[in-house]
Amino acid sequence: MTTVEERSTMPQERESNPAANAADRPIGYGRIQRKEDPRFVRGKGRYLDDIVLPGMLHGAILRSPMAHARLVSIDTTEALAHPKVHAVITGKDLEGLNLAWAPTLSADTMAVLATDKVRFQGQEVAFVVAEDRYSARDALELIDVEYEELPVVIDARRALEPGTAVIRDDKEGKTDNHIFDWEAGDKAETDAVFARAAVVVSEEVVYPRVHPAPMETCGAIADYDPIDGKLTLYETTQAPHAHRTLYAMVAGIPEHKIRIIAGDIGGGFGNKVGIYPGYVCAVVGSIVTGKPVKWVEDRSENLMSTSFARDYIMKGEVAATKDGKILAVRTHVLADHGAFNATAQPTKYPAGFFSIFTGSYDLEAAHCSVTGVYTNKAPGGVAYACSFRVTEAVYLVERMVDVLAQKLEMDPAELRLKNFIRPEQFPYKNKTGWEYDSGDYEPALRMCMEQIGYADLRREQEEKRARGELMGIGVSFFTETVGAGPRKHMDIVGLGMADGAEVRVHPTGKAVVRLSVQTQGQGHETTFAQIVAEELGIPPEDIEVVHGDTDQTPFGLGTYGSRSTPVSGGAVALAARKVRDKAKAIAAAMLETRPEDLDWEKGRFFVKGDPSAAKTIQEVALGAHGTVALPDGIDGNLDAEVTYDPPNLTFPFGAYICVVDIDPGTGKVKVRRFVAVDDCGTRINPMIVEGQIHGGLADGVGMALMEFIGFDEQGNCLGGSFMDYLIPTAMEVPDWETGYTVTPSPHHPIGAKGIGESATVGSPPAVVNAVVDALAPFGVTHMDMPCTPARVWEAMQGRPTPPI
Amino acid sequence: MQVPAPFDYVRATSVGNTLELLERHGPESRVVAGGHSLLPMMKLRLARPEWLIDINDVAELRHITEEPDRLRVGSLTRHAALLASDVVGRLFPIVHDAEKVIADPVVRNRGTIGGSLGQADPAEDLTTVCDVLRASVVIAGPGGERVVDMAEFHRGPYETACEQHELITEVRFPIRPRMGSAYEKVERRVGDWAVGAAGAAVQMADDGTIADAAIGLTALGLEGLATEVAAVLVGQRPSEDLITEAGRLAAAASSPVEDQRGPVDYKRHLADELTRRVLRRALDRVGATVPAA
Ligand SMILES: Cc1cc2nc3c(=O)[nH]c(=O)nc-3n(C[C@H](O)[C@H](O)[C@H](O)COP(=O)(O)OP(=O)(O)OC[C@H]3O[C@@H](n4cnc5c(N)ncnc54)[C@H](O)[C@@H]3O)c2cc1C
Repeated sequence: MTTVEERSTMPQERESNPAANAADRPIGYGRIQRKEDPRFVRGKGRYLDDIVLPGMLHGAILRSPMAHARLVSIDTTEALAHPKVHAVITGKDLEGLNLAWAPTLSADTMAVLATDKVRFQGQEVAFVVAEDRYSARDALELIDVEYEELPVVIDARRALEPGTAVIRDDKEGKTDNHIFDWEAGDKAETDAVFARAAVVVSEEVVYPRVHPAPMETCGAIADYDPIDGKLTLYETTQAPHAHRTLYAMVAGIPEHKIRIIAGDIGGGFGNKVGIYPGYVCAVVGSIVTGKPVKWVEDRSENLMSTSFARDYIMKGEVAATKDGKILAVRTHVLADHGAFNATAQPTKYPAGFFSIFTGSYDLEAAHCSVTGVYTNKAPGGVAYACSFRVTEAVYLVERMVDVLAQKLEMDPAELRLKNFIRPEQFPYKNKTGWEYDSGDYEPALRMCMEQIGYADLRREQEEKRARGELMGIGVSFFTETVGAGPRKHMDIVGLGMADGAEVRVHPTGKAVVRLSVQTQGQGHETTFAQIVAEELGIPPEDIEVVHGDTDQTPFGLGTYGSRSTPVSGGAVALAARKVRDKAKAIAAAMLETRPEDLDWEKGRFFVKGDPSAAKTIQEVALGAHGTVALPDGIDGNLDAEVTYDPPNLTFPFGAYICVVDIDPGTGKVKVRRFVAVDDCGTRINPMIVEGQIHGGLADGVGMALMEFIGFDEQGNCLGGSFMDYLIPTAMEVPDWETGYTVTPSPHHPIGAKGIGESATVGSPPAVVNAVVDALAPFGVTHMDMPCTPARVWEAMQGRPTPPI
Repeated sequence: MQVPAPFDYVRATSVGNTLELLERHGPESRVVAGGHSLLPMMKLRLARPEWLIDINDVAELRHITEEPDRLRVGSLTRHAALLASDVVGRLFPIVHDAEKVIADPVVRNRGTIGGSLGQADPAEDLTTVCDVLRASVVIAGPGGERVVDMAEFHRGPYETACEQHELITEVRFPIRPRMGSAYEKVERRVGDWAVGAAGAAVQMADDGTIADAAIGLTALGLEGLATEVAAVLVGQRPSEDLITEAGRLAAAASSPVEDQRGPVDYKRHLADELTRRVLRRALDRVGATVPAA
């Protein structure tokens, strides 16, 4: 069922000020201010670097200046002689502990500290532990490393050429830089459709390497207690429980003796899913020195060495009829994974969920093949709010649909409307095996067109074109696939993708919710309190949300791929319902009636036909812990715990339209307007939903216009600071205009689909499509991101160049 | 956190005291003004001074003084102060054009004109502005004060006439009648250094011809003024053809290098495009009309 509601920015939807207007505040879903914000707006967030432990030492990492070189020798004598240095750890030392290499999240290995070779610029070579962070850095300069330079592999297109240097000669028998080949869909069927199609368009579409660049860089404080053998590890992680298990498996510390604490996390976007060498070194440093060791990377280290995103070179092809019926899509992708295959994604999906490249369209056939290669670059690949490569998939199909529209001289919005999966086709099985849970695409696109005034804009564009002015209108329509598992299909290093939640109502009717997922700024302390509030009628401010401490929370895989609400949201709702069922039995005992004779209205049970005979949830809570004679099988508390294994993913969608103006003399792109109509199913807190969208749209404009991690021929990283890796400011983005439709997920306990990554996924093609649309008078059919002034100007000269 | 190599720090109280401190602490001492160029380089350990001599308390270096035939600007004047000054905006609109696009408000609140000229970064904007305004720089040293023009002051990327033991105290801008000026920069994002920029100043004669013209480029591989451009402008009446020619010559005078901001041909194009734009705006500001072609 779909209800198309009013624009979300309608005044009556604005949240009331909770303090001023307590009575209006929703107990459940609705706009309320974020419970966590009082500490953030006062500067009282507690990030990793705010934590100071008694006697704490500081670590710093020596990194490779070269992209590919043999390690000839490391001399640490001088560094060790520094009066404030406590330890210097090298790969050799780690070899003794069997920790020089560690498993990645993608069935590969990665060097913790280099032993044989360095394989990318910025790779970790040695770790210094000193009394303060200044001395630690000073001592790095006292370590003498001799390197023997090796030929570098930078161009992914040439990584598999015979005779190319082999990066992973640490792997037995490895004679090339090939990682994997993977495919989805039916090749023969797809080729057959292409063979008979009247129209075929193709382009090479590059999604260049970008970086999530969270405001807070990565870091850890390891505190190993040699007496009771317990390791407390404070970490910037999006997945505390998965980390704990991995440390137990790799480092041999028993799992019950490891406690991971993730405090406030200053942005993750996928950058903080993996385990980085710095974390492991901090642990070893603490074990070696017997003191807590803090390690926090700086901005350049974060940009140069931690998980990047994308780096997909995609050959895209679309087959269609002359009148614009899209028949099939096929693509081959060359995926640059860097020096170690360390992407964080479900085991069976080496290219993530890229096979959703069929988009929002009803196709006859589709096929993709993906080849992953090693290069002398930092490892990673799945990060930056990409929903396991849905970003690349959506960019490819949405760019290619525009290429087709241009070829057919059809309006790109009309072309999309013509090809959408129709509402009655849901649940829709696509040609690569996904089952889209629900969707109603046309109303969303029509709403977006209406809101931006699409027809008027096209008229304006025509007038401007006649005057030589460059204005572009870009449309994108995306379908996301988020909320992984189910666990039988999806795991990360063998851990099934399910998440737990525990709801506990205290005697006075206040509650605590414990989560396995980890907020990085998404507002979990509010959203999850609202889910419980909706189910139990306890006001959100009476509900404490606990997360980010493995000693205090149930097991689960963590927050990435927009999983929190689809997975833990399901767990919380089901746990709250269990509590409610229990409360009902207790209420019945208190009211001396049978549970079947009670009705529930948010916050209280009452006897059917006698609303005055009632017990509030708070009264029941006291009863549960008090002296009420409990019914058989009901014990004296009001708690429940659920691990939610999602039956399927959820498929949020949205329609985005972007308007750009381009300075014809300089190639500078100005984003004039951006309307985003999103459908994430049930909207728990519309303000938080919009906040997530605003952030993602800014990400999208950033990637489309400026973000790019490049390398020179020697493998030097050219994006290693915020002077070189540009992220957008308020000046580059317009005032966002948002709208929404609501198509609940039929299989989800509360119908919610997840929103964290929708805008990051959906907005880059809208911006690039607008730029290409503006440049159409120059005969441009495609240009790659980032659309910097120089690159736009080159496209205007008839020679758009790929960024890599 | 990036941390610099160890250094010592002292706060100077006056120009004289600064010079004394520079002398006392020797060649590895450096003056710090806004710190927005020096500190990042120290954090990257590209600069490793042993002593930092902080001149932020030296009040005599912080002033904007209008005199009948010149404007005197103390070297410690912040970007933000230049941008906020009505006098500066009235006399030399080019300075406001440039200041609006130098870095961001946070940097502008600290960065100074003296530090900008002293740093002499090839993509730094105020050097071009001072070039086209024919400014001169006052340098104080142990032997007293000297005044040098920009051609002498700016020796090339990261090199100026101000020696390590000297101090830039003031920048002087001649005030000339019937003068218009303008600056335009292309950047990839607000706060980014220039991909390319151009500045122009024109002085009109009573008969409607151009009496004096100065064109400068930023980050486009031209040191000092584009004299060939000025040569074709002076003595001429503004016209579309003249502007086109000026742009063409500016492009010819540039010798940009390819980097992440763009290829050579694009930057050369910018020299042309931006020169035409700033020339047109400078003429417009002085009320000189350019007849339609
Ligand atoms: C993010 C960012 C973006 C920027 N973008 C731009 C931009 O777009 N355009 C632009 O032009 N600039 C830009 N800058 C530079 C900024 O304008 C600097 O502030 C300026 O270049 C240096 O001024 P400062 O006062 O900070 O100098 P400092 O960093 O204090 O000093 C710079 C150098 O000048 C010397 N020095 C300083 N004062 C004197 C003096 N009185 N006499 C002799 N020597 C002196 C110092 O010893 C040092 O060598 C940017 C800076 C940052 C951090």
